[in-house]
Amino acid sequence: MADTNNGNIAVLNPVGYPPKITPKSMAPRLGTLDGKTIYLVDPRFDDSGLFLRQVKDWFAEHMPSVKTELVEMSSVYTKDDPKTWEMIKANGDGAIIGVGH
Amino acid sequence: MHAIALDSKYNVPTIAIHTNAFEKAVQSVTRMHGMPQARYTFVPQPVMGKTAAQLRAYVDGKNPISGRPVMQEVIEGLTRPAEGDHLKETKFERSTPRLVDADTDDNLQQVFLDHNWTDKLPIVLPTEKKVEEMLRHTSRKPDEIAGHLRSNQFRQHWEFTVEKVAVNAVMAGARPEYFPVILALAASGVSARGSTTSSMAAMVAVNGPIRHEIGMNAGTGAMAPYNHANATIGRAYGLLSQNLQGGSIPGDSYMGSQGNGYAYGTVTFAENEERSPWTPFHVQHGFKPTDSTVSIFTGCRSTAFTLGVREKYWREHVRNMLRGMDAHSAPTFLLDPIAARQFIDRGGFDTKEKMIEWVYENALMPASEYWDYQLIQNYIYPRATFGEEPYASKLKAAPQDMIRMFKPDEIHILVVGGETNGYWRIMGCNYQKTISIDEWR
Repeated sequence: MADTNNGNIAVLNPVGYPPKITPKSMAPRLGTLDGKTIYLVDPRFDDSGLFLRQVKDWFAEHMPSVKTELVEMSSVYTKDDPKTWEMIKANGDGAIIGVGH
Repeated sequence: MHAIALDSKYNVPTIAIHTNAFEKAVQSVTRMHGMPQARYTFVPQPVMGKTAAQLRAYVDGKNPISGRPVMQEVIEGLTRPAEGDHLKETKFERSTPRLVDADTDDNLQQVFLDHNWTDKLPIVLPTEKKVEEMLRHTSRKPDEIAGHLRSNQFRQHWEFTVEKVAVNAVMAGARPEYFPVILALAASGVSARGSTTSSMAAMVAVNGPIRHEIGMNAGTGAMAPYNHANATIGRAYGLLSQNLQGGSIPGDSYMGSQGNGYAYGTVTFAENEERSPWTPFHVQHGFKPTDSTVSIFTGCRSTAFTLGVREKYWREHVRNMLRGMDAHSAPTFLLDPIAARQFIDRGGFDTKEKMIEWVYENALMPASEYWDYQLIQNYIYPRATFGEEPYASKLKAAPQDMIRMFKPDEIHILVVGGETNGYWRIMGCNYQKTISIDEWR
Protein backbone atom coordinates (compact mmCIF):
# COMPACT_ATOMS: atom_id res chain seq x y z
CA MET A 1 0.00 0.00 0.00
CA ALA A 2 1.47 3.33 -1.06
CA ASP A 3 1.96 5.87 1.68
CA THR A 4 2.65 8.79 -0.63
CA ASN A 5 0.76 10.34 -3.49
CA ASN A 6 2.51 13.16 -5.33
CA GLY A 7 4.66 13.73 -2.29
CA ASN A 8 1.70 13.78 0.05
CA ILE A 9 1.56 11.23 2.84
CA ALA A 10 -1.56 9.41 3.99
CA VAL A 11 -1.62 8.94 7.75
CA LEU A 12 -4.07 7.65 10.33
CA ASN A 13 -5.90 9.74 12.89
CA PRO A 14 -4.68 8.94 16.43
CA VAL A 15 -7.80 10.07 18.29
CA GLY A 16 -10.20 7.68 20.02
CA TYR A 17 -13.96 7.56 19.79
CA PRO A 18 -15.97 9.92 22.00
CA PRO A 19 -18.97 8.75 23.98
CA LYS A 20 -22.37 9.46 22.52
CA ILE A 21 -23.75 12.38 24.45
CA THR A 22 -27.23 12.00 25.85
CA PRO A 23 -28.82 15.38 26.53
CA LYS A 24 -29.98 15.86 30.10
CA SER A 25 -32.82 18.10 31.18
CA MET A 26 -32.58 20.45 34.11
CA ALA A 27 -34.92 20.68 37.06
CA PRO A 28 -37.53 23.46 36.80
CA ARG A 29 -36.18 26.65 38.33
CA LEU A 30 -37.79 28.09 41.43
CA GLY A 31 -39.00 31.50 40.25
CA THR A 32 -38.30 32.97 43.67
CA LEU A 33 -36.23 31.95 46.68
CA ASP A 34 -38.60 33.52 49.21
CA GLY A 35 -39.46 30.95 51.86
CA LYS A 36 -37.40 28.31 50.15
CA THR A 37 -34.81 25.98 51.72
CA ILE A 38 -31.48 25.99 49.91
CA TYR A 39 -28.80 23.44 50.75
CA LEU A 40 -25.21 24.60 50.63
CA VAL A 41 -23.24 21.47 49.74
CA ASP A 42 -19.64 21.36 50.93
CA PRO A 43 -17.51 18.97 48.84
CA ARG A 44 -14.82 19.23 51.54
CA PHE A 45 -12.13 20.34 49.18
CA ASP A 46 -9.60 23.15 49.68
CA ASP A 47 -11.47 25.03 52.47
CA SER A 48 -14.77 24.90 50.62
CA GLY A 49 -16.67 24.73 53.93
CA LEU A 50 -15.24 28.04 55.06
CA PHE A 51 -16.29 29.57 51.75
CA LEU A 52 -19.86 28.27 52.01
CA ARG A 53 -20.20 29.70 55.50
CA GLN A 54 -19.70 33.12 53.90
CA VAL A 55 -22.45 32.31 51.40
CA LYS A 56 -24.70 31.32 54.30
CA ASP A 57 -23.92 34.61 56.05
CA TRP A 58 -24.70 36.50 52.85
CA PHE A 59 -28.17 34.98 52.68
CA ALA A 60 -28.81 35.73 56.35
CA GLU A 61 -27.94 39.38 55.80
CA HIS A 62 -29.43 40.00 52.36
CA MET A 63 -32.22 37.44 51.94
CA PRO A 64 -33.32 36.36 55.43
CA SER A 65 -36.47 34.76 54.04
CA VAL A 66 -34.29 32.06 52.51
CA LYS A 67 -33.50 29.18 54.83
CA THR A 68 -30.03 27.79 54.20
CA GLU A 69 -28.65 24.48 55.43
CA LEU A 70 -24.94 23.74 55.23
CA VAL A 71 -24.25 20.06 54.61
CA GLU A 72 -21.00 18.19 54.01
CA MET A 73 -20.70 15.48 51.40
CA SER A 74 -20.43 12.06 53.00
CA SER A 75 -16.91 11.35 51.80
CA VAL A 76 -14.35 12.80 49.41
CA TYR A 77 -15.60 14.93 46.53
CA THR A 78 -14.63 12.32 43.98
CA LYS A 79 -17.35 9.94 45.17
CA ASP A 80 -21.02 10.14 44.34
CA ASP A 81 -23.22 10.77 47.36
CA PRO A 82 -26.77 9.55 46.62
CA LYS A 83 -27.70 9.52 50.32
CA THR A 84 -27.05 13.27 50.57
CA TRP A 85 -28.77 13.96 47.25
CA GLU A 86 -31.87 12.06 48.40
CA MET A 87 -31.87 14.01 51.67
CA ILE A 88 -31.71 17.31 49.79
CA LYS A 89 -34.45 16.23 47.41
CA ALA A 90 -36.68 15.31 50.36
CA ASN A 91 -36.02 18.39 52.47
CA GLY A 92 -34.83 21.18 50.21
CA ASP A 93 -35.92 23.27 47.26
CA GLY A 94 -32.54 23.94 45.70
CA ALA A 95 -28.81 23.52 46.14
CA ILE A 96 -25.56 25.40 45.81
CA ILE A 97 -22.41 23.27 45.48
CA GLY A 98 -19.08 24.94 46.00
CA VAL A 99 -16.32 25.26 45.61
CA GLY A 100 -16.22 22.78 42.78
CA HIS A 101 -13.06 21.37 41.37
CA MET B 1 -20.45 16.84 38.04
CA HIS B 2 -22.35 16.48 41.32
CA ALA B 3 -24.40 19.55 40.42
CA ILE B 4 -25.39 17.93 37.11
CA ALA B 5 -26.53 14.77 38.92
CA LEU B 6 -28.46 16.68 41.56
CA ASP B 7 -30.14 18.85 38.94
CA SER B 8 -30.96 16.30 36.25
CA LYS B 9 -31.31 13.03 38.17
CA TYR B 10 -32.79 14.25 41.47
CA ASN B 11 -34.70 17.19 39.97
CA VAL B 12 -33.26 19.68 42.47
CA PRO B 13 -32.43 23.12 40.97
CA THR B 14 -28.71 23.46 41.54
CA ILE B 15 -25.90 25.87 40.81
CA ALA B 16 -22.22 25.08 41.18
CA ILE B 17 -19.59 27.58 42.24
CA HIS B 18 -16.11 27.01 40.81
CA THR B 19 -12.85 28.92 40.79
CA ASN B 20 -12.09 30.75 37.57
CA ALA B 21 -9.09 28.53 36.74
CA PHE B 22 -11.62 25.84 35.82
CA GLU B 23 -13.65 27.77 33.25
CA LYS B 24 -12.76 25.63 30.24
CA ALA B 25 -12.81 22.40 32.24
CA VAL B 26 -16.32 23.16 33.52
CA GLN B 27 -17.56 23.97 30.03
CA SER B 28 -16.02 20.78 28.68
CA VAL B 29 -17.38 18.53 31.46
CA THR B 30 -20.92 19.93 31.33
CA ARG B 31 -20.98 19.62 27.53
CA MET B 32 -19.72 16.04 27.57
CA HIS B 33 -22.30 15.09 30.19
CA GLY B 34 -25.10 16.39 28.01
CA MET B 35 -25.94 19.43 30.09
CA PRO B 36 -24.11 22.42 28.61
CA GLN B 37 -26.85 24.64 30.00
CA ALA B 38 -25.92 23.65 33.59
CA ARG B 39 -25.82 26.66 35.87
CA TYR B 40 -22.51 27.70 37.37
CA THR B 41 -20.60 30.77 38.43
CA PHE B 42 -17.00 31.50 39.30
CA VAL B 43 -15.04 33.07 42.13
CA PRO B 44 -11.31 33.86 42.01
CA GLN B 45 -8.70 31.14 42.42
CA PRO B 46 -7.63 30.13 45.06
CA VAL B 47 -10.10 29.47 47.85
CA MET B 48 -7.58 27.38 49.78
CA GLY B 49 -5.82 29.25 52.58
CA LYS B 50 -7.93 32.40 52.40
CA THR B 51 -9.37 34.02 55.51
CA ALA B 52 -13.08 34.25 56.17
CA ALA B 53 -12.95 37.95 55.31
CA GLN B 54 -11.20 37.27 52.01
CA LEU B 55 -13.73 34.59 51.12
CA ARG B 56 -16.58 36.92 52.04
CA ALA B 57 -15.10 39.41 49.58
CA TYR B 58 -15.34 36.69 46.91
CA VAL B 59 -19.02 36.22 47.77
CA ASP B 60 -19.70 39.96 47.73
CA GLY B 61 -17.62 40.41 44.59
CA LYS B 62 -17.98 39.69 40.92
CA ASN B 63 -17.51 36.61 38.80
CA PRO B 64 -14.03 37.31 37.35
CA ILE B 65 -15.10 35.84 34.01
CA SER B 66 -18.53 37.34 33.42
CA GLY B 67 -17.96 40.49 35.46
CA ARG B 68 -21.39 40.06 37.09
CA PRO B 69 -22.01 39.81 40.87
CA VAL B 70 -21.47 36.26 42.07
CA MET B 71 -24.59 36.12 44.22
CA GLN B 72 -26.74 37.57 41.45
CA GLU B 73 -25.65 34.69 39.24
CA VAL B 74 -26.27 32.23 42.08
CA ILE B 75 -29.82 33.47 42.59
CA GLU B 76 -30.56 33.61 38.87
CA GLY B 77 -29.18 30.11 38.47
CA LEU B 78 -31.70 28.80 40.96
CA THR B 79 -34.68 30.89 39.89
CA ARG B 80 -34.54 31.49 36.13
CA PRO B 81 -35.09 28.85 33.45
CA ALA B 82 -32.16 27.95 31.25
CA GLU B 83 -32.27 29.60 27.86
CA GLY B 84 -31.34 26.39 26.09
CA ASP B 85 -29.16 28.15 23.53
CA HIS B 86 -26.16 26.03 24.37
CA LEU B 87 -28.17 22.86 23.81
CA LYS B 88 -29.13 23.89 20.29
CA GLU B 89 -25.52 24.55 19.44
CA THR B 90 -24.26 21.18 20.66
CA LYS B 91 -23.76 18.33 18.22
CA PHE B 92 -24.51 14.99 19.77
CA GLU B 93 -23.47 12.72 16.95
CA ARG B 94 -19.73 12.57 16.38
CA SER B 95 -17.27 10.28 14.73
CA THR B 96 -13.52 10.32 14.46
CA PRO B 97 -12.23 9.88 10.90
CA ARG B 98 -9.79 7.08 10.27
CA LEU B 99 -7.46 9.18 8.15
CA VAL B 100 -5.99 12.64 8.31
CA ASP B 101 -6.01 14.61 5.07
CA ALA B 102 -2.89 13.66 3.12
CA ASP B 103 -0.16 16.28 3.11
CA THR B 104 3.60 16.68 3.16
CA ASP B 105 5.73 15.40 6.03
CA ASP B 106 6.37 18.89 7.39
CA ASN B 107 2.74 19.95 7.11
CA LEU B 108 1.50 16.80 8.82
CA GLN B 109 3.93 17.29 11.69
CA GLN B 110 2.38 20.73 12.10
CA VAL B 111 -1.17 19.34 11.87
CA PHE B 112 -0.46 16.85 14.65
CA LEU B 113 1.16 19.61 16.71
CA ASP B 114 -1.74 22.01 16.17
CA HIS B 115 -4.30 19.40 17.18
CA ASN B 116 -2.46 18.65 20.42
CA TRP B 117 -1.94 15.05 19.31
CA THR B 118 1.75 15.02 20.31
CA ASP B 119 3.88 15.63 23.38
CA LYS B 120 5.27 18.66 21.51
CA LEU B 121 8.22 16.62 20.25
CA PRO B 122 8.42 15.39 16.64
CA ILE B 123 6.55 12.16 16.00
CA VAL B 124 6.82 9.32 13.54
CA LEU B 125 3.94 9.82 11.10
CA PRO B 126 1.51 6.90 11.39
CA THR B 127 1.29 5.78 7.78
CA GLU B 128 -0.86 2.79 6.91
CA LYS B 129 2.27 0.76 6.21
CA LYS B 130 3.81 1.47 9.60
CA VAL B 131 0.54 0.85 11.41
CA GLU B 132 0.11 -2.46 9.60
CA GLU B 133 3.61 -3.51 10.64
CA MET B 134 2.72 -2.71 14.23
CA LEU B 135 -0.52 -4.67 14.00
CA ARG B 136 1.31 -7.79 12.80
CA HIS B 137 2.76 -8.19 16.31
CA THR B 138 -0.55 -8.98 17.94
CA SER B 139 -3.10 -11.70 17.26
CA ARG B 140 -5.85 -9.20 18.00
CA LYS B 141 -7.91 -7.80 15.13
CA PRO B 142 -7.42 -4.13 14.21
CA ASP B 143 -11.07 -3.27 14.80
CA GLU B 144 -11.30 -5.04 18.16
CA ILE B 145 -12.15 -2.75 21.05
CA ALA B 146 -8.95 -2.53 23.08
CA GLY B 147 -10.23 -0.46 25.97
CA HIS B 148 -11.55 2.76 27.42
CA LEU B 149 -9.80 5.72 28.98
CA ARG B 150 -10.69 9.04 30.58
CA SER B 151 -8.63 11.79 32.14
CA ASN B 152 -10.48 11.79 35.46
CA GLN B 153 -13.51 10.37 37.19
CA PHE B 154 -15.69 13.34 36.26
CA ARG B 155 -15.29 12.79 32.56
CA GLN B 156 -16.81 10.12 30.40
CA HIS B 157 -14.79 7.28 28.94
CA TRP B 158 -13.65 7.29 25.34
CA GLU B 159 -13.34 4.05 23.41
CA PHE B 160 -10.61 2.83 21.09
CA THR B 161 -9.62 -0.07 18.88
CA VAL B 162 -6.41 -2.04 18.57
CA GLU B 163 -5.63 -0.06 15.41
CA LYS B 164 -5.93 3.25 17.28
CA VAL B 165 -3.38 2.00 19.81
CA ALA B 166 -1.08 1.00 16.96
CA VAL B 167 -1.33 4.50 15.47
CA ASN B 168 -0.11 6.01 18.73
CA ALA B 169 2.60 3.37 19.12
CA VAL B 170 3.97 4.28 15.68
CA MET B 171 3.87 7.98 16.58
CA ALA B 172 6.02 7.27 19.65
CA GLY B 173 8.66 5.54 17.56
CA ALA B 174 8.05 2.11 19.08
CA ARG B 175 9.18 -1.00 17.26
CA PRO B 176 6.41 -3.46 16.34
CA GLU B 177 7.73 -6.10 18.75
CA TYR B 178 6.93 -3.77 21.65
CA PHE B 179 3.27 -3.61 20.66
CA PRO B 180 1.86 -6.23 23.12
CA VAL B 181 3.31 -4.19 26.02
CA ILE B 182 1.73 -1.01 24.66
CA LEU B 183 -1.61 -2.75 24.09
CA ALA B 184 -1.60 -4.02 27.67
CA LEU B 185 -0.98 -0.48 28.92
CA ALA B 186 -3.80 0.87 26.77
CA ALA B 187 -6.17 -1.86 27.94
CA SER B 188 -5.42 -1.13 31.59
CA GLY B 189 -7.96 1.67 31.81
CA VAL B 190 -5.34 3.72 33.66
CA SER B 191 -4.42 7.01 32.01
CA ALA B 192 -0.88 8.33 32.01
CA ARG B 193 -2.36 11.79 31.38
CA GLY B 194 -4.63 12.33 34.36
CA SER B 195 -5.99 15.86 34.48
CA THR B 196 -5.48 16.35 38.23
CA THR B 197 -4.26 19.75 39.42
CA SER B 198 -1.53 17.87 41.32
CA SER B 199 0.40 17.14 38.08
CA MET B 200 0.64 13.38 38.02
CA ALA B 201 2.82 11.17 35.89
CA ALA B 202 2.77 7.41 35.50
CA MET B 203 5.42 4.80 36.24
CA VAL B 204 5.58 1.47 34.39
CA ALA B 205 7.49 -1.65 35.45
CA VAL B 206 7.76 -4.64 33.13
CA ASN B 207 8.36 -8.16 34.43
CA GLY B 208 8.89 -11.57 32.88
CA PRO B 209 10.49 -12.95 29.71
CA ILE B 210 9.40 -10.13 27.42
CA ARG B 211 11.97 -7.87 29.07
CA HIS B 212 14.71 -9.81 27.29
CA GLU B 213 12.72 -10.52 24.13
CA ILE B 214 12.44 -6.82 23.33
CA GLY B 215 15.71 -5.72 24.92
CA MET B 216 14.41 -3.65 27.82
CA ASN B 217 16.85 -2.22 30.32
CA ALA B 218 16.69 -3.16 34.00
CA GLY B 219 20.28 -2.18 34.77
CA THR B 220 22.44 0.92 34.43
CA GLY B 221 20.35 3.93 33.48
CA ALA B 222 17.13 1.92 33.29
CA MET B 223 14.92 4.88 34.21
CA ALA B 224 16.78 7.31 31.95
CA PRO B 225 16.66 7.83 28.17
CA TYR B 226 19.21 5.15 27.25
CA ASN B 227 17.11 2.27 25.98
CA HIS B 228 14.88 2.27 22.92
CA ALA B 229 12.21 -0.04 24.29
CA ASN B 230 11.98 1.69 27.69
CA ALA B 231 11.87 5.12 26.04
CA THR B 232 9.33 4.48 23.33
CA ILE B 233 6.99 2.25 25.34
CA GLY B 234 6.77 4.99 27.95
CA ARG B 235 6.25 7.66 25.32
CA ALA B 236 3.59 5.57 23.57
CA TYR B 237 1.71 5.19 26.85
CA GLY B 238 1.59 8.95 27.25
CA LEU B 239 0.55 9.64 23.66
CA LEU B 240 -2.12 6.95 23.58
CA SER B 241 -3.48 8.17 26.89
CA GLN B 242 -3.99 11.72 25.71
CA ASN B 243 -5.30 10.84 22.26
CA LEU B 244 -7.56 7.94 23.19
CA GLN B 245 -9.18 9.62 26.20
CA GLY B 246 -10.26 12.73 24.33
CA GLY B 247 -7.29 15.00 24.90
CA SER B 248 -4.96 16.44 27.48
CA ILE B 249 -5.03 20.18 26.95
CA PRO B 250 -4.01 22.63 29.69
CA GLY B 251 -6.97 24.52 31.12
CA ASP B 252 -9.44 22.18 29.47
CA SER B 253 -8.70 18.49 29.94
CA TYR B 254 -5.41 18.89 31.84
CA MET B 255 -5.29 20.95 35.02
CA GLY B 256 -1.86 20.08 36.44
CA SER B 257 -0.80 23.37 37.94
CA GLN B 258 2.96 22.91 37.59
CA GLY B 259 3.17 19.93 35.26
CA ASN B 260 5.45 16.95 35.73
CA GLY B 261 8.65 16.24 33.81
CA TYR B 262 8.24 12.50 34.35
CA ALA B 263 5.22 12.68 32.04
CA TYR B 264 7.41 13.25 28.96
CA GLY B 265 8.36 9.63 28.63
CA THR B 266 6.63 8.05 31.62
CA VAL B 267 9.02 6.41 34.12
CA THR B 268 9.38 3.09 32.28
CA PHE B 269 11.76 0.27 33.14
CA ALA B 270 12.11 -3.47 33.59
CA GLU B 271 12.55 -4.92 37.08
CA ASN B 272 16.03 -6.36 37.52
CA GLU B 273 14.76 -9.83 38.45
CA GLU B 274 18.11 -11.51 37.79
CA ARG B 275 20.01 -9.36 40.31
CA SER B 276 17.20 -8.93 42.80
CA PRO B 277 17.42 -10.96 46.01
CA TRP B 278 13.64 -11.03 46.24
CA THR B 279 10.51 -12.29 44.47
CA PRO B 280 9.72 -10.40 41.26
CA PHE B 281 6.96 -7.83 41.52
CA HIS B 282 4.53 -9.67 39.20
CA VAL B 283 4.91 -12.91 41.17
CA GLN B 284 4.01 -10.97 44.32
CA HIS B 285 0.79 -10.10 42.53
CA GLY B 286 -0.31 -13.56 41.51
CA PHE B 287 1.49 -14.16 38.22
CA LYS B 288 3.94 -16.92 37.36
CA PRO B 289 7.63 -16.07 36.86
CA THR B 290 7.26 -17.06 33.20
CA ASP B 291 4.38 -14.62 32.65
CA SER B 292 5.13 -11.27 31.08
CA THR B 293 3.36 -8.37 32.73
CA VAL B 294 3.31 -4.64 33.04
CA SER B 295 2.56 -2.90 36.34
CA ILE B 296 1.30 0.67 36.48
CA PHE B 297 1.74 3.28 39.20
CA THR B 298 0.44 6.84 39.19
CA GLY B 299 1.54 9.95 41.04
CA CYS B 300 5.32 10.36 40.74
CA ARG B 301 5.34 13.85 42.22
CA SER B 302 7.52 13.35 45.28
CA THR B 303 10.87 11.58 45.38
CA ALA B 304 13.39 10.99 48.16
CA PHE B 305 16.76 9.45 47.46
CA THR B 306 20.01 8.50 49.16
CA LEU B 307 23.09 6.29 48.88
CA GLY B 308 23.49 3.07 50.80
CA VAL B 309 21.97 1.70 53.97
CA ARG B 310 24.28 2.81 56.77
CA GLU B 311 24.94 0.52 59.72
CA LYS B 312 24.42 2.98 62.55
CA TYR B 313 21.55 5.27 61.52
CA TRP B 314 19.86 3.55 58.58
CA ARG B 315 16.57 3.37 60.44
CA GLU B 316 16.57 7.10 61.13
CA HIS B 317 17.57 7.86 57.54
CA VAL B 318 14.68 5.87 56.15
CA ARG B 319 12.22 7.39 58.63
CA ASN B 320 13.41 10.89 57.67
CA MET B 321 12.89 10.13 54.00
CA LEU B 322 9.40 8.80 54.62
CA ARG B 323 8.46 11.85 56.69
CA GLY B 324 9.61 14.04 53.81
CA MET B 325 7.30 12.35 51.35
CA ASP B 326 3.84 13.62 50.51
CA ALA B 327 1.68 11.89 53.11
CA HIS B 328 -1.07 11.22 50.59
CA SER B 329 1.08 9.35 48.04
CA ALA B 330 2.23 5.95 49.18
CA PRO B 331 5.94 5.07 48.98
CA THR B 332 7.28 2.77 46.29
CA PHE B 333 10.91 1.83 46.95
CA LEU B 334 13.10 1.67 43.84
CA LEU B 335 16.25 -0.11 44.94
CA ASP B 336 19.47 -0.77 43.11
CA PRO B 337 20.39 -4.46 43.73
CA ILE B 338 23.25 -3.31 45.97
CA ALA B 339 20.80 -1.36 48.16
CA ALA B 340 18.37 -4.28 48.20
CA ARG B 341 21.07 -6.59 49.55
CA GLN B 342 22.09 -3.96 52.10
CA PHE B 343 18.52 -3.83 53.41
CA ILE B 344 18.73 -7.57 53.92
CA ASP B 345 22.07 -7.19 55.73
CA ARG B 346 20.91 -4.34 57.94
CA GLY B 347 17.29 -5.22 58.64
CA GLY B 348 17.13 -8.93 57.97
CA PHE B 349 14.47 -8.37 55.33
CA ASP B 350 14.83 -11.60 53.42
CA THR B 351 11.49 -10.94 51.70
CA LYS B 352 9.96 -7.77 50.30
CA GLU B 353 7.01 -8.32 52.61
CA LYS B 354 9.22 -8.10 55.72
CA MET B 355 10.68 -4.81 54.57
CA ILE B 356 7.20 -3.47 53.72
CA GLU B 357 6.02 -4.35 57.22
CA TRP B 358 8.98 -2.47 58.72
CA VAL B 359 8.26 0.59 56.57
CA TYR B 360 4.61 0.47 57.60
CA GLU B 361 5.60 0.39 61.27
CA ASN B 362 8.16 3.19 60.92
CA ALA B 363 6.48 5.71 58.61
CA LEU B 364 5.14 7.80 61.47
CA MET B 365 4.03 11.38 61.96
CA PRO B 366 2.41 13.35 64.81
CA ALA B 367 -1.35 13.19 64.35
CA SER B 368 -1.68 16.97 64.45
CA GLU B 369 0.76 17.42 61.57
CA TYR B 370 -0.69 14.57 59.55
CA TRP B 371 -4.27 15.81 59.67
CA ASP B 372 -3.21 19.36 58.85
CA TYR B 373 -1.81 18.47 55.42
CA GLN B 374 -4.11 19.93 52.76
CA LEU B 375 -4.13 16.70 50.73
CA ILE B 376 -5.05 14.73 53.84
CA GLN B 377 -7.80 17.26 54.55
CA ASN B 378 -9.12 16.93 51.00
CA TYR B 379 -8.94 13.18 50.51
CA ILE B 380 -8.55 11.35 53.83
CA TYR B 381 -10.23 13.47 56.50
CA PRO B 382 -13.70 13.25 54.90
CA ARG B 383 -13.42 9.46 54.80
CA ALA B 384 -12.24 9.37 58.43
CA THR B 385 -15.13 11.46 59.71
CA PHE B 386 -17.62 9.04 58.20
CA GLY B 387 -16.07 6.00 59.81
CA GLU B 388 -13.87 4.50 57.10
CA GLU B 389 -11.01 2.47 58.60
CA PRO B 390 -8.17 2.73 59.27
CA TYR B 391 -8.65 6.49 58.98
CA ALA B 392 -11.41 6.71 61.59
CA SER B 393 -9.15 5.13 64.22
CA LYS B 394 -6.31 7.46 63.30
CA LEU B 395 -8.61 10.40 63.84
CA LYS B 396 -9.03 9.36 67.49
CA ALA B 397 -5.33 9.82 68.19
CA ALA B 398 -4.22 12.68 70.44
CA PRO B 399 -2.45 15.51 68.57
CA GLN B 400 0.98 14.48 69.84
CA ASP B 401 0.48 10.77 69.15
CA MET B 402 2.57 9.28 66.36
CA ILE B 403 0.32 7.72 63.74
CA ARG B 404 1.11 5.58 60.72
CA MET B 405 1.23 7.51 57.46
CA PHE B 406 0.42 4.66 55.09
CA LYS B 407 -1.32 1.32 54.84
CA PRO B 408 0.86 -1.77 54.30
CA ASP B 409 -0.85 -2.69 51.04
CA GLU B 410 0.06 0.75 49.66
CA ILE B 411 3.81 0.20 50.11
CA HIS B 412 5.76 -1.46 47.30
CA ILE B 413 9.31 -2.42 46.37
CA LEU B 414 10.94 -2.83 42.96
CA VAL B 415 14.57 -3.62 42.19
CA VAL B 416 16.10 -1.65 39.34
CA GLY B 417 19.61 -0.48 38.57
CA GLY B 418 23.00 -1.57 37.31
CA GLU B 419 25.01 -1.79 40.56
CA THR B 420 27.34 1.09 39.68
CA ASN B 421 26.58 2.11 43.25
CA GLY B 422 24.02 1.44 45.99
CA TYR B 423 21.69 4.32 45.26
CA TRP B 424 18.00 4.02 45.92
CA ARG B 425 14.96 6.20 46.00
CA ILE B 426 11.39 6.34 47.18
CA MET B 427 8.85 7.34 44.56
CA GLY B 428 5.57 8.73 45.88
CA CYS B 429 3.08 6.89 43.72
CA ASN B 430 0.06 4.65 43.97
CA TYR B 431 0.05 1.14 42.53
CA GLN B 432 -2.86 0.70 40.16
CA LYS B 433 -2.69 -2.77 38.62
CA THR B 434 -0.62 -5.45 36.91
CA ILE B 435 -1.71 -6.48 33.41
CA SER B 436 -0.81 -9.58 31.41
CA ILE B 437 1.18 -8.76 28.29
CA ASP B 438 0.83 -12.31 27.00
CA GLU B 439 -2.89 -11.81 26.47
CA TRP B 440 -2.08 -9.06 24.00
CA ARG B 441 0.52 -10.93 21.95
